[in-house]
Amino acid sequence: MKRMTMIEAIRSAHDVAMEKDEKVVVFGEDVGFFGGVFRCTAGLQEKYGKSRCFDTPISELGIVGTAVGMAAYGLKPVVEIQFADYFYPAYDQIASEAARLRHRSAGQFTCPLVIRMPTGGGIFGGQTHSQSPEALFTHVAGLKTVIPSNPKDAKGLLLAAIEDPDPVIFLEPKRLYNGPFDGHHDRPVTSWKKQEESDVDEGYYTIPLGKARIVQQGSDITILAYGTMVHVAQAATKQANIDAEIIDLRTLLPLDIKTIEKSVKKTGRCVVVHEATKTSGFGAELCAIVQELCFYHLEAPIARITGWDTPYPHAQEWDYFPGPKRLAKALLNTMETK
Amino acid sequence: MSEPIKPLSLHVPEPGCRPGDEPDFSDFEIPKAGQTRMPEIDAEPQDMRDMAFSIIRVLNKRGEAVGPWAQYLDVDRLKQGLEHMMILRALDNRMMSAQRQGKTSFYLQSLGEEAVACASQMALQKGDMNFPTYRQAGLLIANDYPLEMMINQIYSNKEDPLKGRQLPVFYSAKEYGFFSISGNLGTQYSQAVGWAMASAISGDNKIASAWIGDGSTSESDFHAALVFASTYQAPVILNVVNNQWAISTFQGFASGNAPTFAARGHGFGIPSLLVDGNDYLAVYAVASWAAERARRGFGPCLIEHVTYRAGAHSSSDDPSAYRPAGEGAIWPLGDPIERLKNHLIALDAWSEERHEQKSAQVLDQVKQAQKASEAIGTLTSGAHASARNIFEDVYETMPPHLVKQRQEAGC
Repeated sequence: MKRMTMIEAIRSAHDVAMEKDEKVVVFGEDVGFFGGVFRCTAGLQEKYGKSRCFDTPISELGIVGTAVGMAAYGLKPVVEIQFADYFYPAYDQIASEAARLRHRSAGQFTCPLVIRMPTGGGIFGGQTHSQSPEALFTHVAGLKTVIPSNPKDAKGLLLAAIEDPDPVIFLEPKRLYNGPFDGHHDRPVTSWKKQEESDVDEGYYTIPLGKARIVQQGSDITILAYGTMVHVAQAATKQANIDAEIIDLRTLLPLDIKTIEKSVKKTGRCVVVHEATKTSGFGAELCAIVQELCFYHLEAPIARITGWDTPYPHAQEWDYFPGPKRLAKALLNTMETK
Repeated sequence: MSEPIKPLSLHVPEPGCRPGDEPDFSDFEIPKAGQTRMPEIDAEPQDMRDMAFSIIRVLNKRGEAVGPWAQYLDVDRLKQGLEHMMILRALDNRMMSAQRQGKTSFYLQSLGEEAVACASQMALQKGDMNFPTYRQAGLLIANDYPLEMMINQIYSNKEDPLKGRQLPVFYSAKEYGFFSISGNLGTQYSQAVGWAMASAISGDNKIASAWIGDGSTSESDFHAALVFASTYQAPVILNVVNNQWAISTFQGFASGNAPTFAARGHGFGIPSLLVDGNDYLAVYAVASWAAERARRGFGPCLIEHVTYRAGAHSSSDDPSAYRPAGEGAIWPLGDPIERLKNHLIALDAWSEERHEQKSAQVLDQVKQAQKASEAIGTLTSGAHASARNIFEDVYETMPPHLVKQRQEAGC
């Protein structure tokens, strides 16, 4: 065990995966010599050579397109899109190609590929370094979508994603790279070093895709969250002083529906929270699933706390970010509804 | 300049001729057969820039094979090549009719450009991979893929290897070096480069052959593929099939002011060749040259195949609405089957009579395959793969939400 930041945990996942399987290749913009702008691939080129970890031209389309070809060849590409905001030129390769190759070729060709990208806000990145595009992936049949909320999960989920025989989108909440963040932007930054969730096994381990984690048990209300919002939910729960059950979904697709259903049936109340824009966001899917499965157990309408349906702002970041204050208010409202 | 500045106006390209006009290719520059040189296999890209502007041709008007590129094929291989093209044409003919008869929803033929795919395939080895468009069925035929399997796919019948999931002619045949076809144009180009990079990463000697049409070179995929191919010196052949027409849009919309599509390779430092796509020997020679270059580690090569789409784009359009009816008949590079036939006759290895016999034999072969396939079923007769298979292969293991939906669908 070693205390790791999320960056160190992701780097460690790459390292043990490359050590274990020579078919794993890692590439992306600034990923090779420099080790990535967030340092997630630092040292890999030196250790495994330039043909297994390398820099690419600035072309997300080219990165994903070549990765699809490599995966079809039999390699296991793990590629980095420098910011999730930049994936759009590669969307055709992701949604029409990687996601459908197995199906359209009736299993002749497959696409075991991991596309990593830093997601979400909280770093004053403005509209081109802060977006949360997860719903654009969960809407595509053939993809799996994963968002870890801590170093331990990040490593285990990334290794599971690399082992997976199908394309996996791996969204890394960049505000969590160096420490947990509960949305209290005006308080001192905290480090992963003091957190239990940063105790990371230095060896090889996986956390299965499709299994949620109950962050804290509670009986009054269920909060469905993922990524940075898992930490915001904890802060909001304290602020509202209620006995909430917080579920970290970890994988959006496949979704751990059973854990959600069990919890909401127990608490009878549900709040969904994400950073992404509200309309047609993943929260809408969560609300639909909860009402389908738990309608007669619900004692209040399901609330959705999300980013506003606007571009992500720069100077007004904290007016946009769904922080603990907004979430606590929603929790209290939902508790008061009879 | 002292003249006053006039308001700008937008330049929108127009083809030389439209319906009602007299078709005219007098601007089309064609070097004599045998005139274009052959560079050394390891020549530097900057030492062969001329190759992007002069069409490599082997067969002259008398049907003789001439010049530096005329050295690759023996008579038996040529006869085989002729047969491949004849099978493809006969298959196209039968399937266009089958589409009209409602046995399938859609068809796309290779009429007039059969040599491009048929000859290119002969230059590849087992283990190499084509990343084709929908107009390279000749790759499968030249690789002896069973005709019946092709027709089963076209009919989406119970034996369709793709289980009725894909549009007709969107074949996939991994064992035959034929990558699954996408309808989103150009996407296969960067994938081919990635596949070739994987061969190099793995220390293998396999090469990829990427295919794209003139129109689709406008897609970003083409440019991304070229930059990656160049950067990593991937062992890939980048084929551009310039058949002059992208549905109703003439090639000038994709080429803009560039003299050739081959010249596109120059900005990327990729050696680029221009070949007479209706000259089986020339296509084979150029493909062999590029394949050897890639396999020996000298990197990618771009080949523009100059040809003419003699038929409609697909079963869904009528070319008489956008180009002169007689244009195909006066296409200066002729017909690939006629030209190879004449070459074999000039070699005294063939005759009109034998050609007639071969035509009948080939037609019979296609009819037999069609009959066998129709006994299994067509789009409108017989069983298809079950509805259950819609849910299979979305993922290797079906996730719970899909299991639930499958149950909901009652299968």
